[in-house]
Amino acid sequence: MSTVDSTTGPSLLPAAFTAWFSARGWQPRAHQMELLARATAGESLLLIAPTGAGKTLAGFLPALTDLTRRGRIPPGSAFTGIHTLYISPLKALAVDIERNLMKPVEEMGLPITIETRTGDTPQAKRQRQRLNPPDILLTTPEQVALLIANGEAPRFFKDLKYVIFDELHSLVTSKRGHLLSLGLARLRRLAPGLRTIGLSATVAEPMDLRRWLVAQEPGETRHAGLVTAPGGARPIITILKSKERVPWSGHSAKYAMPEVYEAIRDHKTALLFVNTRSQAEILFQELWNINEDTLPIALHHGSLDVGQRRKVEAAMAENRLRAVVATSTLDLGIDWGDVDLVIHVGAPKGASRLAQRIGRANHRMDEPSQAILVPANRFEVMECQAALDANYLGAQDTPPVGDGALDVLAQHVLGMACAAPFNEDALFAEITAAAPYTGLPREKFGRIVAFVATGGYALKTYERYARIRKTQDGLWRVSNPQVAQQYRLNLGTIVEMPMLNVRMVKRGAKGAIGRSGASLGKVEEYFLEMLAPGDTFLFSGKVLRFEGIRENECLVSQAFSLDPKVPAYAGGKFPLSTYLADQVRSMLDDPHRWGGLPEQVRDWLALQRDVSALPKRDELLIETFPRGSRHYMVAYPFEGRLAHQTLGMLLTRRLERAGRRPLGFVATDYSLAVWALDDLGYSFAVERPSLANLFDEDMLGDDLEAWLDESFMLKRTFRNCAVIAGLIEQRHPGKEKTGRQVTVSADLIYDVLRSHEPDHILLEATRNDAAAGLLDIQRLGDMLARIKGHITHRRLTRISPLAVPIMLEIGKEPVAGEAQDSLLAEAAEDLIAEAMGEAAI
Amino acid sequence: MQRLALASAKIEDFGAVSARTVVAGVEVVCDPLGALYLPETRLLVVSDLHLEKGAAFARRGMMLPPYDTLATLKVLEAVIARHDPAIVVSLGDNFHDRVGSAHLPDIFRVKITELARGRDWIWINGNHDPDGTVDLPGQSADELHYAGLAFRHEPSLISPAGEIAGHLHPAATVIRREKAVRRPCFATDGRRLLMPAFGLMTGGLDLRHRAMTGLFERPNLVAHMLGRDRIYSVRFANLIG
Repeated sequence: MSTVDSTTGPSLLPAAFTAWFSARGWQPRAHQMELLARATAGESLLLIAPTGAGKTLAGFLPALTDLTRRGRIPPGSAFTGIHTLYISPLKALAVDIERNLMKPVEEMGLPITIETRTGDTPQAKRQRQRLNPPDILLTTPEQVALLIANGEAPRFFKDLKYVIFDELHSLVTSKRGHLLSLGLARLRRLAPGLRTIGLSATVAEPMDLRRWLVAQEPGETRHAGLVTAPGGARPIITILKSKERVPWSGHSAKYAMPEVYEAIRDHKTALLFVNTRSQAEILFQELWNINEDTLPIALHHGSLDVGQRRKVEAAMAENRLRAVVATSTLDLGIDWGDVDLVIHVGAPKGASRLAQRIGRANHRMDEPSQAILVPANRFEVMECQAALDANYLGAQDTPPVGDGALDVLAQHVLGMACAAPFNEDALFAEITAAAPYTGLPREKFGRIVAFVATGGYALKTYERYARIRKTQDGLWRVSNPQVAQQYRLNLGTIVEMPMLNVRMVKRGAKGAIGRSGASLGKVEEYFLEMLAPGDTFLFSGKVLRFEGIRENECLVSQAFSLDPKVPAYAGGKFPLSTYLADQVRSMLDDPHRWGGLPEQVRDWLALQRDVSALPKRDELLIETFPRGSRHYMVAYPFEGRLAHQTLGMLLTRRLERAGRRPLGFVATDYSLAVWALDDLGYSFAVERPSLANLFDEDMLGDDLEAWLDESFMLKRTFRNCAVIAGLIEQRHPGKEKTGRQVTVSADLIYDVLRSHEPDHILLEATRNDAAAGLLDIQRLGDMLARIKGHITHRRLTRISPLAVPIMLEIGKEPVAGEAQDSLLAEAAEDLIAEAMGEAAI
Repeated sequence: MQRLALASAKIEDFGAVSARTVVAGVEVVCDPLGALYLPETRLLVVSDLHLEKGAAFARRGMMLPPYDTLATLKVLEAVIARHDPAIVVSLGDNFHDRVGSAHLPDIFRVKITELARGRDWIWINGNHDPDGTVDLPGQSADELHYAGLAFRHEPSLISPAGEIAGHLHPAATVIRREKAVRRPCFATDGRRLLMPAFGLMTGGLDLRHRAMTGLFERPNLVAHMLGRDRIYSVRFANLIG
């Protein structure tokens, strides 16, 4: 790493900047100057810095100084395109950065125009921006995709010098990141001299990000330069020690509310993070139940109405709130006034996520941030302790960048055809310069292009309906303008769950439902399906009475009750990270590390050691015991809910085949329970089947294939791929499709396609996705390899202490594909019973 | 693909997997493949085939798989083989759009001709395909009155008695222990019967939807739901348990 001589450094700064810094008694930081020097010299760079290290200013310094030297463009000059593109994962972050950037720019009186462009930007302003672009445009990945798919893109981007990616670590691991990497590849073609600047929190694999930032050549891996800022003061993190009993299971942490409230009262402003929307709702309600001082406590999550969210954000920025309960919508680097405490309710599931969230408190580097972890159950106590150790150790567990998704590529190919006719080989060369797509075979790219054109089916009946066609000059062109219109409407990689708007209505004296009221936000349609009119549930911090569904809206009224009848499903959204899982396992294995745990948790573990065994770090503990009329097997792999779910499906298939009559299973982040009619403990003891065979790695072969084919999870994944790839439209011009309609047809399309063309490119994309994401197969495979020959079986006469949490989860899980018909049979039997009863009379 | 798999499965005891009921005094059998059979008149009813739905979408720029017609005809072939009916009534929305039957690939045209051989075939016109069919065996009609029943595409609001209709794609949702399962169904209150959609790439509309209001006497309404390998008959009042 090169360093910048402090004597020559400041000369890089125009006078206005030096004056501005010294007027405040500040000095540019070493990493800011280093980044400025190297970027100005033409390097693309990754800046890794903790929150509060002046990351944003550092990222913009090269652009700001360059623009200052250039000066304002005189009116009447030839068209000048944008100079700097700033891309953030969140709309709110772009808006926030505009505020933070305008301040120094105005104070220094710099001749620079800065504007935002997001999904919320009015049409008129967007058009004006195309004609008269600002110097710096602050935007989101989706807007970049829209801009480059436009015929005017070459003109708009011809003067582009810098592309700044904020929160790069969070962008690159998703499909949004894949789409953005393809967009960057196109920007490089439009403006060959452009430099990239990536801003990131500390990550496990900086090389991945450095590779992502620069164009890759065939057979040669290239990396952007690296600038690292020193870490700030170490955060002070504690685990909430409650006088109450820590519950065995659940995710609400209700037991700790008095202490949480106490902590809010003792601080200026607290941010309360949870993992899911429903947890946020429950926490918010619980806090208000005991809010005797009526402290201003607000709620912020992605399903709430945009207007409401903006209000909360504004109140927060003005320091009018004492606490905000939030989900990951607030994860990223928005600067939130004077937050002096972060409370994390529920386990953080990953050490990096915890570090990120804690960084929200106190943006001044020299003072330590304060955070309290509130575990919701006993396993989470251990997980919090592990995360806490990790944060002190500086351990990181961000997921790998991964190979570029094929559905995203299909979307991009159509976008590029909308921009201008393209040559297939030239586009292939362009997209393989994007890091996630360097390994893409040419043949697969050809299949993607064919898919974009006519669906790419073996049965070629759609040639005459092709969306893009290869013309005589060898270039692919869009067939008609509607194709481009449809592309623009459906662009993006965030596939929405089918959601319905929730509208508050008044119930008249005679029970008649009023016409209109405030919109409260959106809720998943599958959740509403389980409600009957009159049921009450929790949303937007209120207990609501479900009145019914009218067109695309869910009508609700104020319920005069504090107890919602239908509990929201409150499982964790993120699976436990591999790193934390390993930490929890080793903590269990080593009583010396129990010191930091509350006494009741220590007692629990000690009791487990006495009546059964504690899982060792590198072995798999299996317990079997009878309960009621059933026999249970509980395994403790600690590999996260997704891997456990996959394991559960595969194990029940195998037990079924061995004739052990399994009935069902449930998975948590820590363990897996399977129940059966046969005595599983006895079966394993006489090796019918043996545990070694049952847990053999070969389950990831045929069993997995067979199960995948009928898995409902694969259908859900397919729906996402189909929407992203443009097979199914979320929106058709003039005809908004509701999510429900999309879901139904996606399932049917999947079935039809799988039974007739199982090796279709979109099914391949679906399987890739499922294996990497939903099913966590890699992790499951690693686990099976690790525990080979290290399985410990304990035959117990009754449930063990460690098994209690998962046994409490039974019955809370949503119904899976296979079990659906049994529900129908149950309902149909009612009819038979009824008929028999009638006959008896 | 549940119905496609069921179409090729061997059924030992048809009585155990189907449901017999009576509509306006006429005995009918609900076949788990989604067709209605009238044993006395050897008449088979299927509704809302929506053939060439994939192609109809492709014409508008969405390249859905071109295999739906093939799959639907396979199931139709199986159900015709099972009952060997004298008359087949296809109750409207036979094709997903107006030009569907004219653009039908020849392989499918041949298949339908084979299926229709040796029996009467009546295409009832639907709202998707009001102009009848092109170059296919059988006759087109807006309605059919036969064997004491009225066969039409859209249920009428005035005369429910003895009506067999389609159009709405009825589906019922069973809720037990906060879990919901939704399946297409035959819906009947003993006066009229609504057919499930037979096409394999068609969705469903819940019996509680507003469009269903007033069609049935709810106390007598039974949903004969299409399960994985049999019909499950559930009273409307028992759907939510």
